[in-house]
Amino acid sequence: MSGLEQQVVEHIPRLRRYARALLRGDALAADDLVQDCLERALGRMHRWRRGSDLRAWLFTIMHNLYVNQVRRAANGPRFVDWPEPDDASGAAADADIGLALRDLERALAALSPDQREIVLLVSLEGLRYQQVAAILGIPEGTVMSRLSRAREQLRAALTQGRPNTLWRVK
Amino acid sequence: MTYRTPVTDADLHAYVDDQLEAGRRREVEDYLHAHAQAAARVEEYRRVNAGLRALYDPVLGEPVPAALRPARRDPRRWPRVAAVAGWLLLGGVGGWLLHPAATVVTLAEGPMQRHLVQPAAFAHRIYAAEIRHPVEVGARDEPHLVAWLSRRLHTDIKAPALDAQGYILMGGRLLPSTDRMAAQFMYERADGLRVTLYIRQGVWKNEETAFRFASRDGVGVFYWIDGPLGYALVGELDRGELSALSEAVHRQLH
Repeated sequence: MSGLEQQVVEHIPRLRRYARALLRGDALAADDLVQDCLERALGRMHRWRRGSDLRAWLFTIMHNLYVNQVRRAANGPRFVDWPEPDDASGAAADADIGLALRDLERALAALSPDQREIVLLVSLEGLRYQQVAAILGIPEGTVMSRLSRAREQLRAALTQGRPNTLWRVK
Repeated sequence: MTYRTPVTDADLHAYVDDQLEAGRRREVEDYLHAHAQAAARVEEYRRVNAGLRALYDPVLGEPVPAALRPARRDPRRWPRVAAVAGWLLLGGVGGWLLHPAATVVTLAEGPMQRHLVQPAAFAHRIYAAEIRHPVEVGARDEPHLVAWLSRRLHTDIKAPALDAQGYILMGGRLLPSTDRMAAQFMYERADGLRVTLYIRQGVWKNEETAFRFASRDGVGVFYWIDGPLGYALVGELDRGELSALSEAVHRQLH
């Protein structure tokens, strides 16, 4: 393995975390996306500018693949967007995750794909707004306005209805 | 208190994300001391950030599936064997480790693959990722679950106990398979990793009992036939781990 490949490999866990969140917890679809991303990255290694931010480059590739995927899904039958029922019938089965976290997870899944990308790149990846704008190919102002709207929705999901819910973080 | 420029919504987000330069940061802090509502909002944004990390940081600690690691034989490319060959079928012993290319068999549409391996992997893919409804009947009602599935599959089904291996029974469900009913039991490890055991009656003629292994995209399937039933144990585990679990299942059910 070349040094550069080794560097790419070091980013795999982060790419997987991001993809998992982006694809609403579907672990297999997420890893498919990561694999596509890695293949494309390695196939185009010559196009990566040495010294530039490798992580940002990888996330740009993943973003482009994801956009294609969303576009394809929009043209085909839509099975994935059916909202989860709100009843508590499955409560016994998922005891390991706090209620507030589940509300948050559901609110994240309900965001539009571009809002979800921005929230995750900022909150999970800790990227700077400018980097996020470059990765997504949109102006920084657009990043800010979408971040603001998206975060408001997540905040509402956390606070509404259950103001005193305690965090139960593993 | 006056500010060089009014504190905006964007400032609050940048404050939460630690993206303000030091001077502006102090100004926003002053502002937050004076404005309880804005301070509460900032606190809630922080909880959102913490919540997202709590939800997804565990992924960082998961072992990276083999399919995502670069191949040794061609350093320039990630392995594309899986995509080219579809399901990889490996023989009963560890030939894979010795000579990858030689032991990879392209999957023909054999009955065991069509009726057992593929539906088992597909059912795993659908239900193991499920958060709210991973099982139809929970382990609390295990006697009922087992009796029900046995009745529907027209044969005695048992849910093996894998507690000793660190996997707790979550429950199970009835599934339509290609041409029969199938049963699926789901187990969960303390770290949340799930494996499923898929059981159905066979249409296969040669009743082999050898363990076989197939994998795709990081999901492994160990499968075997025992009398009238075919079993497939599915999980995102490497071959050794899945093999050990399969032996535990086989010991109890045989």
